[in-house]
Amino acid sequence: MARSVWGSTVGKKTVMAVSGLIMLLYLVAHMIGNLKIYFGAGEFNHYGHWLRTVGEPFMHYEWTLWLIRVVLVVAVVAHAVSAYQLSRRDIKARPSKYVHARPRASYATRTMRWGGIILGLFVVWHLLDLTTGTVHPGGFQEGHPYQNVVDTFSTWYGNVIYIVAMLALGLHIRHGFWSAAQTLGVGSRTRDRALKTIANVLAALLTVGFIAVPVGVMTGVVS
Amino acid sequence: MKLTLRVWRQQNAAAEGAMSTYEVDGISSDMSFLEMLDTLNEELILKGEDPVAFDHDCREGICGACSLVINGDAHGPERTTTCQLHMRSFKDGDTIDIEPWRAAAFPVVKDLVVDRSAFDRIIQAGGYVTAPTGAAPEAHATPVPKADADFAFEHAECIGCGACVAACPNGAAMLFTSAKINHLNVLPQGAPERESRVLDMVAQMDEEGFGGCTLTGECATACPKGIPLVSITSMNKEWLRATRKSGRR
Repeated sequence: MARSVWGSTVGKKTVMAVSGLIMLLYLVAHMIGNLKIYFGAGEFNHYGHWLRTVGEPFMHYEWTLWLIRVVLVVAVVAHAVSAYQLSRRDIKARPSKYVHARPRASYATRTMRWGGIILGLFVVWHLLDLTTGTVHPGGFQEGHPYQNVVDTFSTWYGNVIYIVAMLALGLHIRHGFWSAAQTLGVGSRTRDRALKTIANVLAALLTVGFIAVPVGVMTGVVS
Repeated sequence: MKLTLRVWRQQNAAAEGAMSTYEVDGISSDMSFLEMLDTLNEELILKGEDPVAFDHDCREGICGACSLVINGDAHGPERTTTCQLHMRSFKDGDTIDIEPWRAAAFPVVKDLVVDRSAFDRIIQAGGYVTAPTGAAPEAHATPVPKADADFAFEHAECIGCGACVAACPNGAAMLFTSAKINHLNVLPQGAPERESRVLDMVAQMDEEGFGGCTLTGECATACPKGIPLVSITSMNKEWLRATRKSGRR
C-alpha cells in the first residue's frame, strides 16, 4: 500500500496534505508559546524550560521535545520531497508555453513553490539562529530564550528575514490548508466557503501571531 | 468583420511550429468560430496554400472533438465549446491568437490538431461498467436515489474535449479523470468495479505523463460543460477509500 501511495500523484499529494497538517498543528502551538514573550523573561524562559520537561516523570528530560523534532523533520522531508517530485512532473507535463499568455490563478497558488523554498531556507536559518545559536547575533545563551529572541530582533536583517518568511507562511497556509482538505477528500460544495474561511483565518492568525514577536521587540514592548 | 488571425502552424509532430499571421475579411458575427476558420481555409486553398488543420465533428457542442486555445483561453472567451462560440464574441479589427492544446500527453499532430488518445487509454483502464448488454433493462429494476442520479449526470456531461488539460498549468487530467470516475462510481451499475476503477484510471492518468493537481481551478473555469473543481475532491476521496480497501486484501 505504501508503494501505491508514493507511486501515484494523488498519493504524493496525500503525503503533502498530511505532512502539511502536522506542521500546521505544530505552528499553532509554536505561535501560542511565542506570545508568552509579552509576559516577561520569567514566564517565557520558564515555558522554554518546560518544553524540555514535558511528560516527566514518564519521559526523560528532552525526550518529548526530541520526539516532536523527529516527527517534524520527517514531515518537512516528506513534504519537500513530494513537492519537488510533483513539481518536476508538472513542469514536464507542460513543456511548451502558450504564446498568448495571461495571468492565471490566485497569488497564493502561484507562490506555493517559491514560498515553500523560502520557508525551507527560513527554517534552516531559524534553527541555526535560535536553537543551535550558530549564526546568532551577539552571545547566544543556552537556556535564556528571552534574551536570544531580543538579540535576534534587534538586528534589521533578523526582522526582515522573519517578517518576509511569515508573510510567505501566510500565503502558503491560505492555499495549502484548503488544498489539503481537497486532497483528503473532505471538501465539498457546501463546505467550501467554511474551508476557505478557516484557511484565511488560520493564515492571518499565524502570520499576525508570529510577526507580533519582532514587532514587540522593535517597538520596545519586549526588551 | 475584418480580423487578424495569428495561427499556430506546425507541419507534423517532429517539426518546429510557429505562429503565422492571416487576414480574413467578410466574417459575419453570426458565424461560429469554426466557420470563420473554414472561410480562412477556403481562401488558403484557392491560393494554393496548405489549409489550417483543426479538429471538429458534430459542431453542436456535444462530441468533444473541437479544441483550440483562443487568446489564451481553452475554447475561447465564452463557456462553451469552440464550435458553439460565435464571432459576435469578437470585435471588428480584433487580432485573435489561435493555438493547439498544450500538454506533453497531447502531442501536436499537425497545426491545431493534437493527439488525445491518452484520454481513450484512461477510459480503457476502467471508465466502463460490466453490465449485461442487450435490450434496455426495466427502468425501475435498479433504484437510484435522485441526488446520486444528479451527481452522476453532472459528471456524465464531460465530453472529453481536453480543455481541462489545456488550461491546467501542470497539464493535469484530473478533472477529466474525476468526471469519468465519479459518473460511474456513484451508481449501482458502477459499484462492482468501484475500487479498481479509480485505482486503475488514476494509475493510467499518471502513466500517460499528465501532471498533478495543484488546485488552481483553471480546469473547472475552462470546462465547457461546467464540471466543478470539487469533482477532483470526490475522486481523491474515492482513491483514498480504494487504497485503504485494497491494502487490507
